[in-house]
Amino acid sequence: MTIRARWTSYWQATPLVVVLGIFFVLPLLVMLAVSFWTYTGYSIAPAFVTDNYRDAFDGCASQFPTLCTTFRTYASTLKFCVIVWALTLVIGFAIAYYLTFMIRSNTVRLMLALLCTIPFWTSNVIRMISWIPLLGRNGLVNQALVGAGFIHQPLDWLLYSDFSVILAFVHINTVFMIVPIANSMARIDRSLVEAAYDSGATGWQTLRHVIIPLAKSGIAIGSIFVITVVMGDFITIGLMGGQQIASAGKVIQTQISALQFPIAAANAIVLLAVVLMIIALLVRFIDIRKEL
Amino acid sequence: MTKDNTDMGQAAGTASGLSRRSFLKTGAALAGVAAGAGVGSGVITGFPAVIAAEPVTLRYLSTATNQAPAIAEQAFKDIGIKIEYVTVTTDDVTKRIITQPNSFDLVDTEYFSLRNLIPSGNLMGLDAKKIKLADKIAPVITKGQVDGKTIGDQGTAPKKVFYLESQFSKKFASEPTEWITLIPTTYNADTLGIRPDLIGRPIDSWAELLNPQFKGKASILNIPSIGIMDAAMVMEASGKHKYADKGNMTKEEIDLTIAALIEAKKAGQFRAFWTDFNESVNLMASGETVIQSMWSPAVTAVRLKGIPCKFQPLKEGYRAWASGFGLPKTLKGKQLDGAYEFVNWFLSGWAGAYLNRQGYYSAVLETAKEHMAPYEWAYWMEGKPAEQDIHGPDGGLLEKAGATRDGGSYTERMGAVACWNAIMDENAYMVRKWNEFIAA
Repeated sequence: MTIRARWTSYWQATPLVVVLGIFFVLPLLVMLAVSFWTYTGYSIAPAFVTDNYRDAFDGCASQFPTLCTTFRTYASTLKFCVIVWALTLVIGFAIAYYLTFMIRSNTVRLMLALLCTIPFWTSNVIRMISWIPLLGRNGLVNQALVGAGFIHQPLDWLLYSDFSVILAFVHINTVFMIVPIANSMARIDRSLVEAAYDSGATGWQTLRHVIIPLAKSGIAIGSIFVITVVMGDFITIGLMGGQQIASAGKVIQTQISALQFPIAAANAIVLLAVVLMIIALLVRFIDIRKEL
Repeated sequence: MTKDNTDMGQAAGTASGLSRRSFLKTGAALAGVAAGAGVGSGVITGFPAVIAAEPVTLRYLSTATNQAPAIAEQAFKDIGIKIEYVTVTTDDVTKRIITQPNSFDLVDTEYFSLRNLIPSGNLMGLDAKKIKLADKIAPVITKGQVDGKTIGDQGTAPKKVFYLESQFSKKFASEPTEWITLIPTTYNADTLGIRPDLIGRPIDSWAELLNPQFKGKASILNIPSIGIMDAAMVMEASGKHKYADKGNMTKEEIDLTIAALIEAKKAGQFRAFWTDFNESVNLMASGETVIQSMWSPAVTAVRLKGIPCKFQPLKEGYRAWASGFGLPKTLKGKQLDGAYEFVNWFLSGWAGAYLNRQGYYSAVLETAKEHMAPYEWAYWMEGKPAEQDIHGPDGGLLEKAGATRDGGSYTERMGAVACWNAIMDENAYMVRKWNEFIAA
């Protein structure tokens, strides 16, 4: 490779670098700077104070082992993150497997893949609101259960609970798992699966030793999508949790509403750090660049 | 468009050595001559006339509660001003004024947020001399009095923030001045909404909100500055604490109020929290909650669905709020004149009657009365039994003949106000503690 060829690749990357620099890196730096500013109810002023971070972690040391608000919020968000990740992974993997290996016709596969995107034909908020008449105290599910005589009192935990939050999250995010996993599965050489079968591997062994390792990059990409969406969400948790369940995003939103931009920025930086740590952990297990 | 023309005019002026002003003068003179001569007058004089007749469009920023398409339609019919509603939540109105003061021409916001808005310098005082009915504005707002009797003024009562020292001052005046911060649009006395059919017994105290009988069926609103006031009413009603000023708590008072809320939340008292009007309607109409903080038109909305819902008067009194028109500092020229014209129209009666029929109160009662049927006025304002069926502004049946308004007359309701929505000195601390409550 000549020197000139090396420079060419830099030039080719420049447009993307410029766009990311202006619309991503710069705002991020501004946010970092603002997180050290001071504020009143109606103004923010440049300064360098760590009060915002201290406020964000207020009581975390003194109340230990009882969790402070911030830790509790992150614990709750992480809990949703793990549960939703596990569920979307299992469901998404199963659907992707079915689409790739069980469907013979390309047309049918395409049609079924399109079916998976139907929930995206309406807005996120509408999709979530439509759960309410279904799961409410006087909703369809409760009416059906009471009508069929399975229960005597309507179930309260169907709506405005952890259950409903997880349900909505899984409903919305499974497709983010399906697409990348199906994509990496489609590139698995079928002769490898046949070879495993011919060598006497059971279906389970083939799955474990051939398909999962080869679909790892899809799993990792899908996981990053799901984890980042769930970590930063406050609309789903707010609507489906009846605003009773805290989320890091909601804390930031309340602070922005109260015009406390610096402390909101500090919390956003903390959230960013947490998400980056999770992704770093994920990338440690799966080298996405190598797998692609 | 206008800016382009100006630039072009200036550029042309520089190039030809003819100033824009003299160019325009010449144009006007020519037009005059042309009109006088009666040659092509339709074309030349018609040009400025088209601009003048182009309707003024005002971007009207407020929450959904104050924005009725019918009001905008009527305003266009009466004074030819186009209203373009910009709909956001209560908190976002404040945020827009502080961060994007040029994104609206007229704002309808609450008096309590003025404590943050005025120091930002983004709003200007309205000239009382240009408001025809300025001295007719209800004394409950300007003086905190109903029928000469002084009512509760804890919190940010409008009378405390009604006047500015000068047009662009960042300080409130203690005495009446010519400069008014906000011209009231609507105000009301808020209390708890209940579902009488699902509760089945009389409710007469704010303390009932945290009564374990309603475990899993109560709700409070998740707007910290308003929610904390409802919580304070509950605290006082249940005898847990007596505040010096519910609208301006000390840190200790905030701590103990939030602690009580957290305790109730952990015990499963709340079904959900709500932040906007429609959420509160849905919670109540679907029976998810049977008792909750509520706004009057939300109760009306539930009733319009044929579901019994009561805006329950309580012995400790009401939490009042008031909202009004403010102008951004940068508003000028035709837009500014249009804004004053619209505000004057708003006070002239039609809009007031419309709002009164929704269960709000209007700024100038006399003019609203002229636009309401006597039986409507008697029902809404005098607390008398309805002589005929009461219809909402959209024509839906609200009450059958014989019904009386919850809480009675204007004097009884506004006279029983205990406190006003507020921004506290310790607002930042309160918001942090509120987040703790939500996270608990």
